[in-house]
Amino acid sequence: MIRFEQVSFTYTGAAQATLRQINIDVPEGELCLVVGETGTGKTTFLRAMNGLVPHFSGGTLAGTVTVDGRTTQDNRPRDLSDVVGFVAQNPLASFVTETVEDELAYTMENLGVAPDAMRRRVEDTVDLLGLHDLRDRSLRALSGGQQQRVAIGAVLTASPRVLVLDEPTSALDPAAAEEVLSTLARLVHDLGLTVVLAEHRLERVVPFADRVILLPGGGAPLKVGTPSEIMESSPVVPPLVELGRLVGWKPLPLTVRDARRQAGPLRQRIARVSPQVVTIDRDADAEVASVNRLRVAYGEVVALDGVDLSIGRGEIVALMGRNGSGKSTLLNALSGGQVSISGTVRVGSDDPKKLVAAALIHQVGLVPQDPGLLLYGESVQGECVAADKVSGLEVGTTARTLERVLPNVPPDRHPSDLSEGQRLALALAVVLAPAPSLLLLDEPTRGLDYPSKDRLIVVLRELAGAGHAIVLATHDVELAARVADRAVVLADGQVIADGPARQVVCHSPVFAPQVAKVLAPDEWLTVDEVRVALERAVPA
Amino acid sequence: MTLLGPSGGRPRALHPLAWWLWAASLAVCAMRTTNPFLLLLIGAVACFVVANCRGNAPWSRSLTFFLRIGVLVIVIRVVIEIVFGQRGLPGHVLFTLPRVPLPAWAAGVSIGGAVTAESIVQAFIQGLQFAVIVVCFGAANSLASPYRLLRCLPAVLYETGVALTVALAFTPELIQSIALVHQARRMRGIPTKGFRGLRGIAVPVLESALDRSLQLATSMDARGYGRRSPAASASRRLATSATVLGLLLAAVGLYGVIDSGSLFGLGLPIFAFAAVLCGAGLAVGGRRTSRTRYRPDPWRLPEWLVAVSGLLALAFMVATSVLDIVGLSPSFSNLVVPPLPLLPVVGILLALLPVLVAATPSAGKRSATSPIPNIADRAATPSLHKASA
Repeated sequence: MIRFEQVSFTYTGAAQATLRQINIDVPEGELCLVVGETGTGKTTFLRAMNGLVPHFSGGTLAGTVTVDGRTTQDNRPRDLSDVVGFVAQNPLASFVTETVEDELAYTMENLGVAPDAMRRRVEDTVDLLGLHDLRDRSLRALSGGQQQRVAIGAVLTASPRVLVLDEPTSALDPAAAEEVLSTLARLVHDLGLTVVLAEHRLERVVPFADRVILLPGGGAPLKVGTPSEIMESSPVVPPLVELGRLVGWKPLPLTVRDARRQAGPLRQRIARVSPQVVTIDRDADAEVASVNRLRVAYGEVVALDGVDLSIGRGEIVALMGRNGSGKSTLLNALSGGQVSISGTVRVGSDDPKKLVAAALIHQVGLVPQDPGLLLYGESVQGECVAADKVSGLEVGTTARTLERVLPNVPPDRHPSDLSEGQRLALALAVVLAPAPSLLLLDEPTRGLDYPSKDRLIVVLRELAGAGHAIVLATHDVELAARVADRAVVLADGQVIADGPARQVVCHSPVFAPQVAKVLAPDEWLTVDEVRVALERAVPA
Repeated sequence: MTLLGPSGGRPRALHPLAWWLWAASLAVCAMRTTNPFLLLLIGAVACFVVANCRGNAPWSRSLTFFLRIGVLVIVIRVVIEIVFGQRGLPGHVLFTLPRVPLPAWAAGVSIGGAVTAESIVQAFIQGLQFAVIVVCFGAANSLASPYRLLRCLPAVLYETGVALTVALAFTPELIQSIALVHQARRMRGIPTKGFRGLRGIAVPVLESALDRSLQLATSMDARGYGRRSPAASASRRLATSATVLGLLLAAVGLYGVIDSGSLFGLGLPIFAFAAVLCGAGLAVGGRRTSRTRYRPDPWRLPEWLVAVSGLLALAFMVATSVLDIVGLSPSFSNLVVPPLPLLPVVGILLALLPVLVAATPSAGKRSATSPIPNIADRAATPSLHKASA
C-alpha cells in the first residue's frame, strides 16, 4: 500500500539527511506504529507519505514514495487527499471550518463528491466515530478527545485507503486516548484501512500495533518487525516492556493481561519487600501555598468549584484529571492569573494576583504547556542574559541554572530551533533562576521522549530536595507514578482525591501506571522500585 | 413560537441571506425617515426579533455591542453639535459656549457659540437615525451565522470566502493567545503595560499566529484544497476579476440609486451593467469549478416570509413618501411633536413576522441530547463557552 524505495530526504540548508536510504513496504490493512526518539525524523517520515514532504516543506527527496500506486513525485498532497488521510499533531490548528458537520464535509467538498453521496458519508462517519451528539457543535468548544475524533472523521469521509496520524494521543487524558486508539483499531479491523501512526508514549499504543517501525536516528538503518521483536531491543519502550526485560519474561509481554499471567512468581519474590519509598527531606508543615474554597467561573461555566489545597515545602504534587477538569485553571489561579475568583489563594503570605510581576517571579514560577510562550529571545544565551536582567540577578545565574537542568544546550541556537526537551529545559531554567518557592508545570512531558523525561524527573527530584514545592498538571500517569509524592485528582472542578501518590494512583483504574496494574494488589509504581526490590530480595 | 415549522422538520437556522435582506430593508427604512417615533419603532422591532429568534452561537450575543455603538453614535453626534454647531438651527438658545477664535485658514470651522434646542434635537435625531441603522446590521449579525453567510458566496469567490472564514475563526483564538502571552510574560517578571509591553506581547502572538496558519495550510493542502487542473486557472482569473469589478461597480451604482442627486442619474445604468458583469463572471467561474457543496442552506417558505416581511416594511415606507403623507421627515425648526403616519407604522410592524415563522435554531435539541460537555475545555475558551451552553 505504501512503498518507500531508496528514500532519502534532506531539509534545505541542513547538514545531514533526515531520512537516509529508507526501503519499506507497508501492506494493506495494517496498523503500523512508528517509534523513535525526538529528532529522528518521525514526523518527516509520516509527511513523506502524502507528499507534504517535500512539496510543502521544501528540501530534497531522493528515491520514490508510492501510495496505492501513485508516486508523491507526480502527485501533490492535495491530489493524494482521496488516498491518504493525514491527521496532524494539533487537531485544533488543522480545522478549517467552524462546526463539526462542516468539518466532516470539507475534504469531500474539495474532492467534488456529489451532494447526496456526501450526506450519506457524513452520516456513516458520524455513526462510526460516535459523533452524533457533537454534530452541530462548534469545533472550538469540544474537548481534546472529541477534537481528535472529529479530525480523524474529517479525513475518513473522503474514504481514503491510508490514514496517517502524528501523535494522536499525546495531548489526551488516559481515557480519551483509549477512546481514540480503540477507534483506530476498529477502523483497521472493520474497514481494512491501513493506519500509520507515530507516538512518543508507547504504553497504550503498542498492544494495538501489527508492526513497529523503529527510526533509530543518526543515519542508522530503520528496523521493522512485530511489536515484540522490536521491543526486545528498542531504546524507547513502555514500562511494561522494561519490566519484562528486567525480569526476563519470554515472550515479552505487550499488554497488562499478558504480563499479569507471567507475574505470579515475581509477585511472590518481592512480596516480602515493601516498595522502597524515596524519602526526601521535606517539611510538610512549612506551607508554601494554599488555596481556600477557590471558585473560578468563566461566565456561566464553573471551572473550579470550592477547591481546598495546601502545598508544603519540598512536596511534588501531581494534579490529575481528565481534559477540562480544571487543572490548568488551578495552576493559573496559583500563579496569579487574571481569573475571576471567589475564595483565597496564598503563596507565602501574599495573594499572587496582587503581586507586581517583578515580585511574583520570586514566589511562583509557571512553565506553561507550550514552554515556547515564555521564550522570546533571539538565542539561548540572549534569553539567559535577558532573564538575569529582568529578575535583577547576578549575570550568569540563569545560564548556570540551565547547565544544571540540562547541560550542553547550544548557546547560540534560536529557542524555537531547540528540541522539545531543550526548550523545556530553557523555560525551566528561566523560571527557576529567581528561585521561586512554588514551581508549577503544565503538561511538562508533552512531546518529550523517554531520555528527556528521565532527565526531567531527576531535575524535579533535586529541586524538591532543595525545598521547592512543585505542582505538575499531567495526563502522563507514568510520570506521576515516578516523580510525585502526592496526587490530587480533579473532576468537574472539584478535588475528588488527595493523598499519597501511591495510594491515589494504584487504586484508580484510569490513573494506575502499568507496573501497578501488573503487580496489583501490591502497591508498586515503577520499574525502578521493582529493580531495587529484586536486588534486595535475592540474598533472602 | 413556531407557527410554520420549517417543512415540519427540526428547527433549523434560516438562510443567512434571508436575515440580511430583512435587516437591510429595515436599515433602508431607517435611512428614509427622520421621524423619531418611526426610528425608535424600527430599532425596537429589530431588537425584539433578535431577542426571539437568535440562536446560542457566539455571534448571537453581539447585538448588545451594536446597541452600545448606537448610543455612542448619538452621544458623539450631539457633542459635536454643541461644540461645532455655531451654524446650527436658529431658535431657542439654551446656553452659549465661549467662542474659540480660529486662524483664517480654518474659516470653515467654528467652535463654541450659542446652542439652540432645535439644533440639539436635530443632532439627536440624526444620531438616532444612524444608530438605528447600526442596530439593524447588528441584528443581522446576531441572527445569521457569518460562516454560513460566507458559504453562500458564489464559487468564483470561494478562495476569498475561505480566507475570511479562517480569519473569523482565528479571532477568538487570537484573543486567547494574547491572554496566554500576557500571562507568560507576567510569569517572566516583565511589565506587560505600556508600549514596550505591547510590543513584547505582539511579537509572540504574531509568531504563534504564523505558526498556526502554517499548520492550517498543511492541513488544507493535505485535504485537497485547491485541486484543479492548471488549464482552468486562466479562465478562473477572468471570472474572478469580472465578478470583483462587477461588485465594485454595483456598489457605486447603488449609491447612485439611493442618492438620486449624484452620478448624474447614471446610477441605474451602472447598476445594471454591474449586474450583467457579475452574472457573466459567476457563470464562467461556476462552470469550471469541480467543488461541490455540502448541505447548502435551503430557501423555503420561512425564508420567503422573513425576506418579504422586511421588503414589505420598505415598500410601505416608499409608498408613504410617494403618496406624500406627512410625517416622514418632520421639520426641526419649530419644536413640535411630529405626527405619526399610520402607513409606515403598519409596514414596520409587519417586519415582526420572523418572530412567528423563525424558530430559535436547534436550541432545544442541543440541550436535550448532548451530554454535559467538558467544563474546562470550554473554560479554556471563555469567549466561546456560550456556544455549547
